[in-house]
Amino acid sequence: MREFDYRRASDVPGALALLGTEPEARYLGGGTNLVDLMKSGVERPALLVDVRELPLERIEVADDGVLRIGATVTNSDLAAHPEVRRRYPALTQAVLAGASGQLRNMATVGGNLLQRTRCAYFADVSKACNRRVPGSGCPAVAGEHRNHAILGASTHCVAVHPSDMGVALAAFDAVVHYATADGPGAVPLAEFYLPVGDTPHRETALPPGALITGVTLPPAPVAAASRYRKVRERASYAFAIGSVAAALDVRDGVVHDVRLAFGAVASRPWRAQAAERALIGGPATAEAFGAAADAELTAAEPLPGNGYKVTLIRNLVVAVLTELAEESRQTEEATR
Amino acid sequence: MAPSTAGAITLTINGEKHTLPVDNRTTLLDALRERLGLTGTKKGCDQGQCGACTVLLGGRRVVSCLQLAVAAEGREVTTIEGVADGERLHPVQQAFLDLDGFQCGYCTPGQICSAIAAIEEHAAGWPSAATTDVRPEAGIPPLTADEIRERMSGNLCRCGAYVSIVQAVARAAEDSARTAGRTDVTDVEGAA
Repeated sequence: MREFDYRRASDVPGALALLGTEPEARYLGGGTNLVDLMKSGVERPALLVDVRELPLERIEVADDGVLRIGATVTNSDLAAHPEVRRRYPALTQAVLAGASGQLRNMATVGGNLLQRTRCAYFADVSKACNRRVPGSGCPAVAGEHRNHAILGASTHCVAVHPSDMGVALAAFDAVVHYATADGPGAVPLAEFYLPVGDTPHRETALPPGALITGVTLPPAPVAAASRYRKVRERASYAFAIGSVAAALDVRDGVVHDVRLAFGAVASRPWRAQAAERALIGGPATAEAFGAAADAELTAAEPLPGNGYKVTLIRNLVVAVLTELAEESRQTEEATR
Repeated sequence: MAPSTAGAITLTINGEKHTLPVDNRTTLLDALRERLGLTGTKKGCDQGQCGACTVLLGGRRVVSCLQLAVAAEGREVTTIEGVADGERLHPVQQAFLDLDGFQCGYCTPGQICSAIAAIEEHAAGWPSAATTDVRPEAGIPPLTADEIRERMSGNLCRCGAYVSIVQAVARAAEDSARTAGRTDVTDVEGAA
């Protein structure tokens, strides 16, 4: 590991100023991804600015009903928070579906958004990777890509974003807030991750040196009936090969509101807007759910080794929405 | 500000303050084992994937292989050497002994530290990925075998002693609940 300087910031302006002193600096949150990448040589910072002690560790409901989540809130605290569990249960489920109890105690919300792909070529400095070394090539396209992207990828990079949390945040219209030396800013999660194109090394819309300060979720009554389902190659403690975050509001058999996002299919959490449009105002039936999934997945461009994901995601969409519709029907009957 | 790639840190480990100079690259795991002689904490994968290096940092379980020692400056660390009360074993240690929750023993310090925290997390009402209804109104889920397996999934055991580990964790949870005036937190056979 390259030698590095370490500084602990106690406030946001201090953190920004420290980062500005060194071009090869990185913010350190929980370190569960960054420290691992430093060990393997993928990350070689000259300075770590530790932001764990910044006063950004709170979760609160603002007067306008917006849920504010500080950037240094740990995954554990986010998942366990009563308002998260009540208003956005799929977010709690998504966080709990990721990593292990130990890692969730360390990892932070800001760091989760900025974690890097787990593509094996990205993690191996002896291999080419356009994301790590621009212009060096992408061996995954013709190589090991069983868990790579089916949506929104390019010939320059087919890696997927590994976050579970981000999939639920995408479904619920999260906004990422940040600070820069020139003042604060905000960007919807939908625009936070840049299209891959021919610049996969440019991952987010954050300005240089910006520090994520938090994430907000607008009030969304539909999210109270939401679910996250993740498929992986073992029962626990593994990255997704496909996942779905869904929320559904059915009234008299008709879809009144719906949120749908997919994980492990693209370089960002994938909000399934075409599927949502296909569902709104239509019947809440398995046929309609399948057709909506098809409407989204018509854009899929699977590689030779990952075509299974198209079927997997379609099946997940039908299964999760069918469950939510059935529960909604039971609730309607009980309150009638 | 001249760059500095090393410095002195102070950690409170098992109730005792230690000040030591460290290179910034040193993990908490290596500081414990190589610098302080606390070799109970084990190095398995060194990548955060196996849980053998689990310790409690500020009372919460973490993998010490991904925790930079310098970033733990000023904090409290509990390792396997510090969980017993003098000669009296921690209830989780006792349960692992009584129910054969190990074979070779290499993963055991991490399993025990992890289990201590997992039982506390459950008692505090934290749901897990095995919890059917995560809404707070649903209350604390019973600590079933599925719940224990999920909550302990960050600790691998290459001997495959999982069946006994689940029973040991359930037994210890039952003991600690009884002490706190609660009962029947688990339905795992052999635990009560």
